[in-house]
Amino acid sequence: MEILFYMAAAIAIYSTLRVVTGTNPIHALLSLIVSLLSVAVIFFMLGAPFAGALEVIVYAGAIMVLFVFVVMMLNIGPAAAIQERQWLTPKTWIAPAIFSALLIAQMFYLLGKGDWHQAGHTMVDAKQVGVSLFGPYLLVVELASLLLLAALVGAYHLGKRDDQSH
Amino acid sequence: MFSWVTPELGHIFFTVFQGLVILFGTVLIAAYLSLIERKLLAWWQDRYGPNRVGPYGMFQIVADMFKMFFKEDWTPPFADKLTFRLAPAIAMGTLLLSMAVIPVTATWGVIDLNIGLLFFFGMAGLAVYSVMFAAWSSNNKYALLGGLRAAAQTLSYEVFMGLALMGVVVQAGSFNLREIVEAQSDLWNIVPQFFGFCTFLIAGIAVTHRHPFDQPEAEQELADGYHIEYSGMKWGMFFVAEYIGVVMVSAMIVTLFFGGWKPLPYLDFIPGFLWFAGKTCFFIMLFVLVRGSLLRPRYDHVMKFSWLVCLPLTLVNLLVTAAVVLLNSPAA
Repeated sequence: MEILFYMAAAIAIYSTLRVVTGTNPIHALLSLIVSLLSVAVIFFMLGAPFAGALEVIVYAGAIMVLFVFVVMMLNIGPAAAIQERQWLTPKTWIAPAIFSALLIAQMFYLLGKGDWHQAGHTMVDAKQVGVSLFGPYLLVVELASLLLLAALVGAYHLGKRDDQSH
Repeated sequence: MFSWVTPELGHIFFTVFQGLVILFGTVLIAAYLSLIERKLLAWWQDRYGPNRVGPYGMFQIVADMFKMFFKEDWTPPFADKLTFRLAPAIAMGTLLLSMAVIPVTATWGVIDLNIGLLFFFGMAGLAVYSVMFAAWSSNNKYALLGGLRAAAQTLSYEVFMGLALMGVVVQAGSFNLREIVEAQSDLWNIVPQFFGFCTFLIAGIAVTHRHPFDQPEAEQELADGYHIEYSGMKWGMFFVAEYIGVVMVSAMIVTLFFGGWKPLPYLDFIPGFLWFAGKTCFFIMLFVLVRGSLLRPRYDHVMKFSWLVCLPLTLVNLLVTAAVVLLNSPAA
């Protein structure tokens, strides 16, 4: 089981790096999909199959489709790849890289302190997720639905035709 | 001498054997379906259909396969190589993987997942990429237009495909397909979930891009849409994937709404496998009949129908089902 976890984690990290460093936007999105799928595998191994399935359905299966959809329509040629390569200079990535390294150092420090407990001893299925969503987290669900409603109204406004004659 | 032959090993072999039988069975049926479809369409349209190779044209499929294998598998120089090669594999792989969660009989099935139905949704969601990658990587106007249509259509229809099945899930209280079949012992889901069945059937035809929802590959307007640049076996994989989709959606309808391997009353002597196969064949025929008899609607009508008719219908169906289940369940 552990070796599977490390394999999925390695794939996730490698493909996420490919998302950042890749110059072809569709290939970068493909890497992002692979990364999301490997995160779903990790969810499955931690005993949260429902979360894993939702990761595949919602992120890999719906949100990323919209990303690919938009990029497909942008008509990106080889010129875009050259531009991307020019943008990815050490000057742009050095600062985020240092901050990420700091975060990794913090995580290793916390792991080193041994103040953690093992995950994956309990099975979190759909029923438990539902019970906690509509129990203790009801307010958050309502707030999220308000946010989605606002997005819906905004999308309707943008998509509305100006000429109402037909 | 044979000390390594343990019951566990036998179990493993049997499980792998089951998986292989179901895999090859699905692919074989899907491949043969291309011939069966042509034959059936011909009969319904008062023609002979393929009748040259073998008795009644039975071996036409062999001839077609030889043709496809020996055709030049050409990758256009202007195509994006990685995604161009990946797309047919995604098309076949995701659909075959969804077949894995379908229980054939009480004891036969590849995998018994607790989230079986969600796995099916996930695979159906990933299947969109085959069309989108094929369309984009081909670097062709018609392919791109087909891909755009396919992506928008599949996303719209997947929204209410999920909602249509939630009524079934509420009634069975589980995402496990085996438990859903067991929950239909007394009454098949087609009776209480009639609207769920209608909308799922429509969504199933739409996500497999079968006629009358084949606007993404409409020959008259788009000259075959997203797989216009494909040839040889890569095109063959798209072709077979479509039929695998038909088999898979039919098997899914049988599992969810027609009691899977459960027999009709007083007909228990017929084994469960035959019931499953017979019911699935019925729906495959229905798919072909729909193709042979309906017109192709305009693309904006397809989208309007999805969002304005099917989506509200599934939402009402889900609410009513949940209310009825809540009324019938004892107070906690």
